Amino acid sequence: MSFVRHLKTAALASAIALTGLQAAQAQTAAAPAKPAQQQEQFFPLQSYRVGPYAAGGTGFFGGFIDYLNLINTRDGGVGGVKLTWAEGETQYEVERGVEVYERLKNRPGIAAWNPLSVGIAYALIDRVTADKVPLITINHGRTDTTDGAVFKYIFPLLVNPYSETSGIVNYLGTKVGGLDKLKGKKIVVLYHGSPYGKETIPIYELLAQKYGFTVQQIEVPHPGNEQQSQWLTIRRAKPDFVVLRGWGVMNPVALKTAQKTGFPVDRIVGNIWSNSEEDVIPAGDAAKGYVAIGSVAPGTQYPVLQDIIKTVYDAGKGNLEDRKRIGTVYHNLGVVNGILNVEAVRIAQAKFGKRTLTGDEVRWGLENLKLDEARVAALGAKGLFHSINVSWDNHEGEGYVAFQQWDGKQWKQVSDWIAPDWKLLRPIIDKSALAYAKEKNIKVRKSIDD
Amino acid sequence: MATNTVQRSGHPGHPARWPLWATPVLVLALAYGLVPLVASDYVFDALLIPFLALSLAAVGLNLLTGYAGQLSLGSAAFMAVGVYAAYNFQLRVQGLPLLAAIALGGVAATLVGVVFGLPSLRLRGFYLAVSTLAAQFFVQWALTKFGWFSNDNPSGVIDAPPLAVAGVAFDTPAGRYLFALSVVAVLTALVWRVTRTPTGHHFIAVRDNELAARVIGVPVLRTKLLAFALSSFVIGVAGVLWGFVYLRTVEPAGFNLDRSFQILFIIIIGGLATLRGAFLGAALIVLFPLLLSRLGSLLLGQWFDSGVLELCQRIALGALIVGFLIAEPRGLAALWERLVARCCRRPAAAHGA
Repeated sequence: MSFVRHLKTAALASAIALTGLQAAQAQTAAAPAKPAQQQEQFFPLQSYRVGPYAAGGTGFFGGFIDYLNLINTRDGGVGGVKLTWAEGETQYEVERGVEVYERLKNRPGIAAWNPLSVGIAYALIDRVTADKVPLITINHGRTDTTDGAVFKYIFPLLVNPYSETSGIVNYLGTKVGGLDKLKGKKIVVLYHGSPYGKETIPIYELLAQKYGFTVQQIEVPHPGNEQQSQWLTIRRAKPDFVVLRGWGVMNPVALKTAQKTGFPVDRIVGNIWSNSEEDVIPAGDAAKGYVAIGSVAPGTQYPVLQDIIKTVYDAGKGNLEDRKRIGTVYHNLGVVNGILNVEAVRIAQAKFGKRTLTGDEVRWGLENLKLDEARVAALGAKGLFHSINVSWDNHEGEGYVAFQQWDGKQWKQVSDWIAPDWKLLRPIIDKSALAYAKEKNIKVRKSIDD
Repeated sequence: MATNTVQRSGHPGHPARWPLWATPVLVLALAYGLVPLVASDYVFDALLIPFLALSLAAVGLNLLTGYAGQLSLGSAAFMAVGVYAAYNFQLRVQGLPLLAAIALGGVAATLVGVVFGLPSLRLRGFYLAVSTLAAQFFVQWALTKFGWFSNDNPSGVIDAPPLAVAGVAFDTPAGRYLFALSVVAVLTALVWRVTRTPTGHHFIAVRDNELAARVIGVPVLRTKLLAFALSSFVIGVAGVLWGFVYLRTVEPAGFNLDRSFQILFIIIIGGLATLRGAFLGAALIVLFPLLLSRLGSLLLGQWFDSGVLELCQRIALGALIVGFLIAEPRGLAALWERLVARCCRRPAAAHGA
């Protein structure tokens, strides 16, 4: 008898569990399945607004959302298609990023994924390829995904990690009076202990061989708020230059510790993720005179930023809590990321029609994303970034870099836009991509239609 | 009813006529039969698979901490050893079947576990916990330092091999779920069996009073090392599930101290020395934050940004854990038993206990 009673309890329990499961499913499916009256293009955002990298997350995703908002309000969307988005918090953690991907991937009309985390991007490569939706890793990502012949859906737009490295080494060359003068010099690379930080280890080794300098690469464990021992090592090594390949809180700590251990700031060069206001302001005096590379310029003087202030912030719809952060490096990078996403959609619409596009159609748009300086100026972004020229087998798009110096109050550009040494890097990228294709049994594409 | 009360002291909450095998069989029948029919891809890929992997890790740690009484903070390290070893075996031994690679990953974790279990022969309690921290830091350091472990991938990230056993590919969300479920079911059954053998009783004897155990002839040293070995094997396999089946990409940072704490909290909240507790605890730690986050963004998403919501969820989760542990310090498993007992015995025996 009591066995029967137990069965009853068990049945009840399983019924409850099932209802729960179904509710969870219903929630996933309850996403806007609206009728066709209003066409929408959806941007799932794996953002991070808490945790050690919140400064980067709030700035970047703030800028991205502000630009999407601007397009909706000012232009009524792209070709009449409204842009929509939803956020999921990842805290820069891979497993949370994956959960958000699984949560949002069934929404209709996904344009592209923009996780802003190399770790999450790696975890998504197989998933987006299977789901045929582009994955954009602006200024970061896995370098060999530049080869679109192998990585059809992955776009390390603007500047990939190798291009950035080449730009930094070229800059150091100009500081010593020519690349040939780098021979015999010693460079220390202080990198963030994450997939992002490690990405450039081989290319520094290679460039060191090519130009005859010695390189010592030192890891700072994530998140990097303690670097005493690393900087003591640096002091012993007596390098000519230190390249700071940091992220988040690691950067101000590095600058302050450098000052404490007596390493001059004018011999430190920041990489593309060590170049924001959030990296230098907390370091105070220690950051004065610090130079870093960038692919996007800071400031609010560009027409597109003025439009955002007028149309979005003055209407109380701005995403940044602190209006002072408008025009900072992370915010502007988010805006540029918005421009690249939106223009890819626009280009794809010209071919496929003004409607909600599939991920694969947006991929086609990205592979034809060619914005020359004139088009960039027409978008109100002259000087904000240089240009981009993506093709089906070059998913980076040959972005230009520039160097900026912190004067204690703001960044000042101290160089022209410079082209990295793409010819030197491409064979290495192709070799790595082909090895990946072989390992994974991927058919190498021969044209955009493959 | 008197007989019932007597027997209940043996298996609390289970009267005589409810056979011991019935609950697991029922759960498995539901998990194999019903869940694949009703669950969506999201439920498989984002809820059930990480739940299963962490449950298995908690089962492993429960063997060590709950049954044998050895506090360990190195679980994430053993998971990492498992997945990296399985990856390297698969990569470097041509034609090695997936299941063999997974088992070898578990064996590698066992070896590392035994080495780091050696201090347990001298240290107890918190001192042992601190020495297992060494495993945590050493393994993560070694995996980062030596590129060989990640096949010299510049980022230190490895890609999981495709899941296929004897030509059958488990490449759909439901397939991956069934794969994980089968591994978890088999290993949990083995662990359950071990706890009922004399060895399992040795574990408990060592936990409850080491000196007394020694006096009555329990081989304490061997028992402790065996606990470390078995536990590390199970945790290592859980690591493989986490890396190969759930994330399908692995980086050493994913197995940091936070993960070790997470697994320890699972067994404390779920209930020490119960297998059921490992699953209940994992459900709470894995699923509940997601549920809260979905609920939060659904109800309040329009008014607050995701950062504020995230912090509120942490507060809510923390408060809930405190609440649970006040209601039942022996964990969710004990709470569950009390609930079942109350539901099923009313009105006759509710006051009889």
